[in-house]
Parts: sequence; C-alpha cells; structure tokens
Amino acid sequence: MALRTESILVNMGPHHPSTHGVFRMRFIFDGEVIVDMEPVFGYLHRGIEKLAEGRTYAQNIPFTDRLDYLSSMTNNLAYVLAVEKLAGIPVPERAEYLRVIMSELMRICNHLLAVGFLLNELGAFFTPLMYMFREREKVLDLFEMVCGQRLTYNYMRLGGVSHDIPPEFLPAAKKFVREMPGRIDEYERLLSENEILLFRTKGVGILPREQAINASASGPVLRASGVRWDIRRADPYSIYDRLDFDIPTGEVGDTYDRYMVRIKEMRQSTRILEQALEQLPGGSVCTRVPQLVRPPAGEAYGHIEAPKGELGFYLVSDGSVAPYRFKIRSPSFINLTALRDMVRGWKLADAVVIFGSIDIVLGEVDR
Amino acid sequence: MTVELSAADIAAKLSQRFPGAVLESGGATVLVESHRLLEVARFLKETPGLDFDYVTSITAVDYCHYFEVIYHLISIQHNHTLVLKTRCHTRHNPTVPSVVALWQGAELQEREIYDLMGIAFSGHPNLKRILTWEGFPGHPLRRDYL
Repeated sequence: MALRTESILVNMGPHHPSTHGVFRMRFIFDGEVIVDMEPVFGYLHRGIEKLAEGRTYAQNIPFTDRLDYLSSMTNNLAYVLAVEKLAGIPVPERAEYLRVIMSELMRICNHLLAVGFLLNELGAFFTPLMYMFREREKVLDLFEMVCGQRLTYNYMRLGGVSHDIPPEFLPAAKKFVREMPGRIDEYERLLSENEILLFRTKGVGILPREQAINASASGPVLRASGVRWDIRRADPYSIYDRLDFDIPTGEVGDTYDRYMVRIKEMRQSTRILEQALEQLPGGSVCTRVPQLVRPPAGEAYGHIEAPKGELGFYLVSDGSVAPYRFKIRSPSFINLTALRDMVRGWKLADAVVIFGSIDIVLGEVDR
Repeated sequence: MTVELSAADIAAKLSQRFPGAVLESGGATVLVESHRLLEVARFLKETPGLDFDYVTSITAVDYCHYFEVIYHLISIQHNHTLVLKTRCHTRHNPTVPSVVALWQGAELQEREIYDLMGIAFSGHPNLKRILTWEGFPGHPLRRDYL
C-alpha cells in the first residue's frame, strides 16, 4: 500500500520568545526538514517615514532612536549625517570624536546582545547573556553620564552633539576600554570552543559570498560570508579615515562565522575607542544651527556602518522645514532577504539559531 | 573611498547601447525610461568595468505629478556608486519592471514600495503587501494619503 505523505505548515510567532519581538515565520515542513519559509512582519509598523514628513529635521532625531532601539546612537548618527550632507552643516572636530566614541560603544553593546541572545537560542539559557549584560551595563552607565538616558539617547544634534561629556566620563570610559579585551577573552574561553556551540553553528545556515552580495546583505552578515566591506572603510564618514582598525571577515558564511565576526568586531571597536579617547581634541561640541533648518531643495543619501549593517537615510528636501521624503534603509529589514534560502533544508531548531545569527530588531524591520 | 562614477560617462555609454533610454543625467544620477529599466540594469550589472553587483537601497518618492523610483547601486568589486532613477507618470496602477531577477536584494524592498507607495513591479515573484496587511486601504506614503 502506498503511503500518503503531505507537507505540514507551521506558524512560528508572532509571539515567540526566539523572535525578539513580533515576527512570524511560516514554515512548510517535509517531516522535520524545512522545505520553505516565508517571513511575515509589519506588526510593529508605526509609519515613521510618514510621520517624519510632518516634522522638522531636528524633531525627527528622536524618531530614529526608536528604530533599532538597541543601537540608538548609531541611528542618530546616520540621520544627522544625512541632514548635514543635505544642508551643508559643518561639525566641530570634538563632536566628530564624541560621535565615533559613542558609535563604537554602541557597537560593542549591540554585539554583546547579538552574541548573548544567539547563545540563548542555542539553549544556553541566560547564563552567557548575563555575562554580556554585565558589560552592557557599563556602557549604558557611560551613556547615562553623557545624556541622561539609557536606551533612547537623542544625543546627536544637527551640527554636533547635545552635551559635552562630564569630567567623570573619560576615566570611566578608559577603564572600560582597558577591561574589555579581558572580558572578550573570557567570553571566548567560555564559548568559542564550546562543543555544543561548534556542533550547532559550524556549517549551519551557510550564506555563500555571491548570494550575500546579491541579496544586499550588509554588516556582520555580509562580512561573515567573506566580503571585506565596511562603510567605515569603503566610504569613510566622520573621522574613521584617521583611525586604525581591521575589518574581520569570515570564510564560509555559516552561523559560527557570524558569531566570530561579531566577537572580533568588538575587539576592533575597543581599538578604535582607545585611539579616539586618546586623541579627543578640545573645543565646542556643536555648531550653531538655526532651530528651523531649511536645507536647499535636493536630495541626499547618508549612510553609516551601523552595528547591524548599512543604515542609510535618503532625504528629499523641497526647501521647507520638514523633509519631503524620509526613507530609512534599514539593515535588519534587508538582511532578512536571504533568510529563506539560509533556513531551507535545516530543522526548526536550526532555523531559530540561523535567524538569531542575523541579529535583527523589529523596530527597525517594521519602522 | 567610494567613487561616484560620472553619470555623464555612463549616460553616454548607455545612450550608445540603448538609444533613447537615458532621459537625463547629472552628478551621480542617471534617469532612464521605465520600460528600458531592466535592460539598462542588466547592462550595469554585467558589463565588465561597471559591475554593479550590489543594490544598496531602492526607494520611491511621490512628486505628485509623477513617481520616481530610485536605485542606489554599488560595485563592491570597484567601490563605485551610481544612482539610477526612473519615473512613472500615472497615479493609477503605476508599474515599473522588477529587478529581482538581477539582484535578490530588491525582493523585500520592492514589496515595501508596492505596499506603501502603490507602485507595482512587473515580474516580481511574490508581490504583496509587507508592512501593512492584506486589504489595507490605500498606500500610506503617497502624498494624497491622509
């Protein structure tokens, strides 16, 4: 007698602990193996692009905090860079340094969470994550010193930053930078050669180099696939051309490489921080900019290497006080393009890990 | 350092290859006829020396009397950029050819434009709403949507 088989549809999410927000994956299974997957999202869509069209350029800065709420500083930076490009606003050197310092602290913070939650997905429930939180807490304390906030900073301004750093910031930041390499060694001792981690991530969810480029992947996902592409080097903004750092890349583009690239990037960020804190010049931290900036009619695309990938703002001005069009090129959203091909052929438990290794924040996917 | 390719040079190359396809060029921007978009995009991707292998961002702007679709292209190999634009002059079912066959990275971005701006992409493998839900009335990013 011929056995009748059929594929099963499984809905994972939108409320599922491994999706870090409201994200749904519609799986088609053949037995235990994933045949197809469709990502479904938009549950957190707040229409930020539309809302921004009704507010002035300066009023839009807090909106950017709420995109990728785990790396608000870099969101601020990408947006103010785009406006400064559009309106031709100069930035004092001290502010450039402060921006880079904050961005690299933010990158460390983001990668700590990315790695920590990846381990959560692997079943190391919250133990590694608590180690990561220990360091993240220090960074959040630093941010609290400079702007009084721990999550949505609203620190960057058109033409600079909102406050100069308080006197206690530099010693605390230097102490953090001194301690951080040892902490990363500690994570590596704990994790990088862990049997379970290797078994679950080596060779899992491979994104080949050509496909990573073709699918517009960016950030650690692209670099893990072996593409040496970092906007801090490819199209340097702020003062990155003066700083010395390497671009870590992976070889095969599997989940382990994505994990490893993030670990290595944290080390590079500490290197950048060391130099930037050392070279920090004096002077003012913000150019005097009129409250209502009216950039000349035209358009500008400003992009940065955010922790999750290329974050870009495409702004169109019609010469008024509000942007005519405010488009966010968000790395989390576009990095999801290749997810379907990455999970096909794997089992559900692997899909959770592969998804975790992309590192998305739904606030940025849905905007 | 990213080099912005001179749009004039590329426009000259394109006009030679596809007469009448280039409407305007200036800075790093080339504006092409929407029905020739796919062949132009293929030429940009596959011609040695240009090799635009990476599409950074695709977006659309509603200029009221026309829609503009903007492609930010990068060549990772050569580190140069180009902004490719095309326009559609109708508000009722504007359509632009899809470039998903060339760049997979366009897939979600074109769906987003379809959802929020109401521009259809012919040849897209799975063109449906992405951020709002099926049956959502209107396209929120249009200027006449209140």
